[in-house]
Amino acid sequence: MEDFLYFFTFQDPSITWVVLGITLLGIGSAYVGTFSFLDKKALLGDAISHAVLPGICLGFVLAGEKDPRYIVTGAFLSGALATFLSSWLKQNTKLSEDSIIASILSVFFGIGIVALTAIQKSGNPEVAGLNSFIFGNAIGIAEADLFLYGGLSLAILLVLSLFLKEFRLMVFDPGFGKAIGFPMKGIRFVFNVLLILAVVIGIQAIGVVLMAALLITPGAAARFWTDRLQPLLLLAAFFSILSGILGTYISFVLPQMPTGPWVVVFLSLIALLSFIFSPKSGVIRRFLARRSYLNKTHRDHLMKALFKAKEANREVLSLEEIHALYPFHKKEIAHSLQVLTKQGLVLQDSQGVRLSPQGTSDAMRIVRLHRLWEVYLNESMNIAPDHVHESAEQMEHLLTPELEALLEQRLNYPTLDPHQETIPRESHDA
Amino acid sequence: MTLDTNALLIILTGALIAISCGFLGVFLLLRKMSMTGDAISHAVLPGIVIGFFVSGSQRSLEVIIGAGLLGILSTLMIDALRKKAKVQLDASIGITFTLLFAIGIILINLFAYKVDLDQECVLYGEIAYLPIDLWITPSGLNLGPRITWLAGLNFFLVTGFIYLLFKELSLTSFDEHFSSAIGIPAKGINLALMSMVSYTTVSSFESVGAILVVALLVVPPSTAYLWTKSLIPLLRLTAALGILIAILGYYLAYWIDSSIAGMMVAVAGAFFFGSALIKGNWPLGLRGTSKPSPAFDS
Repeated sequence: MEDFLYFFTFQDPSITWVVLGITLLGIGSAYVGTFSFLDKKALLGDAISHAVLPGICLGFVLAGEKDPRYIVTGAFLSGALATFLSSWLKQNTKLSEDSIIASILSVFFGIGIVALTAIQKSGNPEVAGLNSFIFGNAIGIAEADLFLYGGLSLAILLVLSLFLKEFRLMVFDPGFGKAIGFPMKGIRFVFNVLLILAVVIGIQAIGVVLMAALLITPGAAARFWTDRLQPLLLLAAFFSILSGILGTYISFVLPQMPTGPWVVVFLSLIALLSFIFSPKSGVIRRFLARRSYLNKTHRDHLMKALFKAKEANREVLSLEEIHALYPFHKKEIAHSLQVLTKQGLVLQDSQGVRLSPQGTSDAMRIVRLHRLWEVYLNESMNIAPDHVHESAEQMEHLLTPELEALLEQRLNYPTLDPHQETIPRESHDA
Repeated sequence: MTLDTNALLIILTGALIAISCGFLGVFLLLRKMSMTGDAISHAVLPGIVIGFFVSGSQRSLEVIIGAGLLGILSTLMIDALRKKAKVQLDASIGITFTLLFAIGIILINLFAYKVDLDQECVLYGEIAYLPIDLWITPSGLNLGPRITWLAGLNFFLVTGFIYLLFKELSLTSFDEHFSSAIGIPAKGINLALMSMVSYTTVSSFESVGAILVVALLVVPPSTAYLWTKSLIPLLRLTAALGILIAILGYYLAYWIDSSIAGMMVAVAGAFFFGSALIKGNWPLGLRGTSKPSPAFDS
């Protein structure tokens, strides 16, 4: 608890710096990553983050020490080369995008390892810090470096916010953007530059391998909560900051723990929770929606069966007869009957099950929709009468009163369906 | 031992690993699953660490079982994210492997006092120490380098796997629906392939490192694919490339005194980019004869 208070009151300036740094990095990469996630190019960031390793080594060799300016420039250049190569390969060879990305990623990383090993064997004492690029070291970022990285991060945010409209076009409809005169190639170029920059500064904190998480996961998680771009970006940034701070806290309390992996674990946790519990499209929500739809279709079928019996002048169906109509559905039938009785749509007595007046009207509507749809398919779509039943079985649960009115009007209130059965209407029967 | 025996052993081991990986990689490539292979090779890390922790040794069966289980788990997780949670494929892959890899690193740090396993060795092992690491039977008989035996066993299993399931593998790669229709369990075959990829990753990680396994899984098959599209020539060319890569990689690394595994990948990359230059639509003016494929469709 003491640790908790000490950490979150930011008494220690070095904690403030680290948290500030990881917040800036997190927002920058979450923004850029969300765009590349929406662009369905999420793994390009992964390729770039592996591909900067040779550039880092080159920058180190040229500077002779761990000078962040050289290293950032080198990393940027080799990331840019990898991006260029991947789009060149995609346009000029028959390889699929995922094998191109995997090839670029591993080849650049391999070259990076060769360079790193060669540097290590050269015996330069400064070399120890280079390893931190592979696994990241958020705590180890010096205050002086923080200004460079924070500044770059702010620049990324600024460009992305200023040209939000352009990047939105690039992600959602580049063809339209081109047609109304936006330089889409230039916009994509600027975006790639931002992506590479975000990767270059991000790997300081989180390392080459896990950088992909910082780009992909916040956007993917936020996507489950909103459909609009601006809230999506803000939410992604929030998730990223939250896990950044939590990860830093863990490695503050347990000093032997690395920051980067914990940030990733928290990010993934947020993402998994979003996937499961999101009220819009989460797994639980979709499971419940599917179950309630299945229950509704089953109730509809039961009422239809009762109505058809009524058409054949049988008011009451016994439970055995219903079970015989839908074999292997005993549990569902019991459940549906229970709900329907509660809603007052069917009445049960010792003889069996019958429709209530309200139930008759509802059941009639379902049968009417079914037969109307069959007429529509047969007359307007020219589908043979023996092919229309399957589609009508589905549509009878879905058609809205508005569509029903439209169908009636279009088909001019037909009386018979393609199977020569009466289309039941209220005025008729009542 | 003279340098020549060592060189021969290292090249032999490298070639065996490159060919095993390449053969599996051809099928991954045809299934457009190269990035899944990449994800698996990262995701086995927690399995390796747990197996190591349980058995106390890098060479135990537990390590292989742990990694195999994690490999299958990551395939299932990617599939579940994609189908159950409707996350797009590339993001599912990214989320899965980063999470599992992060857990792996955390476990290494958690068990650091007990386990002599550092992150670097898992990521980019060192094949150069192979001649020192000998397999000596309890009776004192020297059977040669342990890793070469492992690579040989792996090669034997991979070629056996592909030879026995060749028809099933190629059918499911080219036409999953047709193969399901004639009664081949496409999902089972897929899981079997993924288990082989995980096993190969584990058995190679000591010598070439988990990440460089990816390069051998992806780059030689992609290079071969630029030259031919038929399956058998694809496999042959991949194998030939594997041997070439091992030889050139060893001598170049020896020459500039650097990582042999890394150099093997660099050589593979040189072949890859060279082939792309020769076989790509060149000159640029002729572009447009081949349609760019949509991103990660499936």
